[in-house]
Amino acid sequence: MSVLHSAPRYAPFAGARETLSAALGDMLVAAKEEHGEIVLTVQRDRIEDALRLLRDTQDYQQLMEMAGVDFPDRAERFEVVYMLLSLTRNHRIMVKVSTDEANPVPTVTTLWPNAGWLEREIYDMYGVLFAGNTDLRRILTDYGFEGHPFRKDFPLTGYQELRYSEEEKRVVYEPVKLAQDFRQFDFMSPWEGADYILPGDEKAAQAPAPPPVAEPKTTEKPSQTGAGEKANAEAAKHVATPPDGKDGGAAPAAPAPTESRPDKKPRKAKSADTTGSTETAKKPAAKRVRKPKTEGEA
Amino acid sequence: MSGMMLEESPTTTGENIANYTINFGPQHPAAHGVLRMVMELDGEIIERIDPHVGLLHRGTEKLIEHKTYLQALPYFDRLDYCSPLCMEHSYILAVEKLLNVEVPIRAQYLRVLFAELTRICNHMLNIGSHVMDVGAMTPNLWVFEIREDCMNFFERMSGARMHHAYLRPGGVHQDVPLKLLTDIAEWVDTRLPQLFGDAMSLVMDNRIFKQRNVDIAIVSKEDAIAWGFSGPMIRAAGIPWDIRKSQPYEVYDRMDFDIPVGTNSDCYDRFMVRVQEVYQSARIIKQCIAEIPEGPVASLDRKISPPKRGEMKQSMEALIHHFKLYTEGFHVPAGEVYVATESPKGEFGVYLVSDGSNKPYRCKIRPTAFSHLQAMDFMCKGHMLPDATAILGAIDVVFGECDR
Repeated sequence: MSVLHSAPRYAPFAGARETLSAALGDMLVAAKEEHGEIVLTVQRDRIEDALRLLRDTQDYQQLMEMAGVDFPDRAERFEVVYMLLSLTRNHRIMVKVSTDEANPVPTVTTLWPNAGWLEREIYDMYGVLFAGNTDLRRILTDYGFEGHPFRKDFPLTGYQELRYSEEEKRVVYEPVKLAQDFRQFDFMSPWEGADYILPGDEKAAQAPAPPPVAEPKTTEKPSQTGAGEKANAEAAKHVATPPDGKDGGAAPAAPAPTESRPDKKPRKAKSADTTGSTETAKKPAAKRVRKPKTEGEA
Repeated sequence: MSGMMLEESPTTTGENIANYTINFGPQHPAAHGVLRMVMELDGEIIERIDPHVGLLHRGTEKLIEHKTYLQALPYFDRLDYCSPLCMEHSYILAVEKLLNVEVPIRAQYLRVLFAELTRICNHMLNIGSHVMDVGAMTPNLWVFEIREDCMNFFERMSGARMHHAYLRPGGVHQDVPLKLLTDIAEWVDTRLPQLFGDAMSLVMDNRIFKQRNVDIAIVSKEDAIAWGFSGPMIRAAGIPWDIRKSQPYEVYDRMDFDIPVGTNSDCYDRFMVRVQEVYQSARIIKQCIAEIPEGPVASLDRKISPPKRGEMKQSMEALIHHFKLYTEGFHVPAGEVYVATESPKGEFGVYLVSDGSNKPYRCKIRPTAFSHLQAMDFMCKGHMLPDATAILGAIDVVFGECDR
């Protein structure tokens, strides 16, 4: 795919993925190149060795950024992504490991001093632990905050809100009270694979799946109404014996054909073909006056 | 002075040496926002600094996950509110990189032009507040005059003085009038060098200013790389690293400009790098205005950028496109990119993860100040307490961006 966008253009580094994959050897789990970005996934326990190797032998001198990502569906739900920059090669790569709440990631503060705050941030936001980071305090959230707010299962509104209390003359913390529900707009079309329950369709999802039908219902005969035995019996009776009435049981007569009306004016269109008479472009349609509905009509 | 700690000194026996622990900020004019620094002082010498950030944390990244790609854009203006356009720039380029959409050349010129004007605007604030932190009052008032001019230009560009939301995926929001370009060109030629030159002539060779800044917080090249410095901080260390030059985006590769670097890597060099960058930005602006071609200012791909209002009055398809873009928004192919641009403060990056829907799955913002502020402890160690304000001023930190 040709590059059309005008985002920063690195120096071309032909065969970067192969070169770096070969250098990482068995530490590498996966390597991909998409959207012009090289992403190397390495084993969690050996991230420090992998990054040291990339820094010392492959000239990726700077750790510019670390990011946490939460994928709740995965077995190891968190990803920690390291963005490396090579000043001499003029190239960027991403290195990532995956982890969960329990398994710590080895710290890289031994390689770059600025990893300290970046790891603190990921710990604060996602609860990922970093083994060896001696200063793993919260960094961005409030003093005494509980929980990890950037996890996908943490609500956007949070749990606590604070305000200045005029009575107590201090800032008080209270549980969040929303005056109205948080409005979550979902613009996905229901026909394009929305995975939520449509409004009014809640019961369908809750009810257990109906048991498999032994005898599929058919409606071949009038007596097979599909509405139960009672209705079937009633329907069968109706067909078998016509009800006694004025006509003495005879079948009702067909409606009389419409009379021809000699006083009716002939059509103005050239032919009896209706297309000519319904052409609206040529002559405007007659103004229709809506007859007011009277009470007597039902 | 919030507390006093008495501790047994390991070097002396029988004496108690008092180390002050003072609380700098969070409401302090020299803290450039809501920075709280717990400082441990030995007399007036800083022994340790523990910066506490996050007092302005608004959860921008989480909010962005709940918005469409277009709705997420204005959050970026509110990050570094001193250089809002440069914040938008990284995000827009990240979205465009995932979409792989072509931006018309006039839009690229407009982006570069106003990004450089933003750089001037940002440096005016930083230079002004830096000199005021170390005691000079007048230059600050003078450079704010320039800042006011920039704001007026921004207002004529987008209608907003600060939070422009001017860059859009696929181009810019609207074209600018010719008169604005000629006015900027005239301003860059006359008023800017005059006002800025006057203001800088008061400080550049000023004895007091030099005493407060020269040889303060010297950072070696190796340390600057290890601490993840970028922007003027790494250039002051003598490393000519500028993303505009080395990894050019938009039409920066057509521009002729120089990268000023420092020699001594102290606060004075950081200041001077910014002063020189203002002149380089003025050069870029002049080239942009001279070369800018006519043409569309937004992509013609109607699945990404909305149609013109007049077109909507005539065409049903245009109306549908407009409706779909402003309700559902566009879908971005799944993938992940990290795009960093040269914001006035350094490398400002956006790590964008898309799952193929109309909302970002994850948008991690790399603030420039995070790495720089983290090195406060390392840079301030052994310096005097008043030097901390000079060091902080030379970092150029804005907390909207640092805390997100």
